[in-house]
Amino acid sequence: MFRLFPTLLFVLFSAVAMAEVADVYEFDAANEETRFQNLTEELRCPKCQNQNIADSDAPISQDMRDEVYRMIQGGASDEQIMDALEARFGEFIRYKPKVEKRTILLWATPAIAVFGGFLIVAGVVIRSRRGASQATALTAEEKVRAEKILAESNQDKST
Amino acid sequence: MKRFLLFLPVLVALILGVVLFAGIGKDPTKLESALIGKQVPAFNLTDLHDPDVKLDQALLKGKVQLLNVWGTWCPSCRDEHGDLMWLAREKGVSIIGLNYKDDRADALVWLDRLGDPYQATIYDPKGTLGFDLGVYGAPETFVIDARGVVRYRHVGVINEKVWEETLLPVINDARENG
Repeated sequence: MFRLFPTLLFVLFSAVAMAEVADVYEFDAANEETRFQNLTEELRCPKCQNQNIADSDAPISQDMRDEVYRMIQGGASDEQIMDALEARFGEFIRYKPKVEKRTILLWATPAIAVFGGFLIVAGVVIRSRRGASQATALTAEEKVRAEKILAESNQDKST
Repeated sequence: MKRFLLFLPVLVALILGVVLFAGIGKDPTKLESALIGKQVPAFNLTDLHDPDVKLDQALLKGKVQLLNVWGTWCPSCRDEHGDLMWLAREKGVSIIGLNYKDDRADALVWLDRLGDPYQATIYDPKGTLGFDLGVYGAPETFVIDARGVVRYRHVGVINEKVWEETLLPVINDARENG
């Protein structure tokens, strides 16, 4: 009996731990659970601003998760759910703002930066190549001058 | 052209400076309400003082009013309570309370002890109206115009400075251009 006790204790406590970790939401379909996870990771908590509502313990995040769950159960699409929450809390809660006229610069900035960087690199490469080809090609006149200078310096060393 | 390129870093630094300077002094935790310019969401809740009295969005129409979200669990609400009393008594501001995620008995004790600055208090124990209003942290105060349209939302404590500099101009504008 006493041997069994620690095992029993372990089983009991692990059950408690499991209950805490396991999701309190129950889904009929696996894809609904995936949608729930994606949506809650995509939504930003308005209170604790650098967390998504999946990670946040703030009461408002709990409310938002409940709403997402309720709407998924009600058959709403992902976009409908995002829009419904955005209507209440503002664009702030979207980690990925919609692509529209006002946000196009925001979305295009990485591409612009890469393109700009490419232009700079290309410019540097072209310039250095041009510089290098000029440097190797001495005119006949320059060669004569160079040889003269070299000869003079050799003379200086020997004296 | 080469000369111009030399000044490019200075130019970049200047532009960055202007952009970043615009952000100084802005509190990122204070978000603008998504409901500005929209009607107060429909609701059907009870009065804090009397569970038999039903309240709905009609309560927030007819004149420019403040809608103050509070709860006894919220220390900052306690902090601003004296200023709300001052606004209601000295300035004659009509304030509607939204008792948010609270216990009715606790809330009544609070108003009994500290005074009741509210024309009426909506009892929202589950925070449903709060959720529809986009409340993410009490205290929050909404300026609602006579047509029941949200004009402004202040996140945080109200005091004399906030009243003079922020709320009063919005209220005056709402009264003039109702």
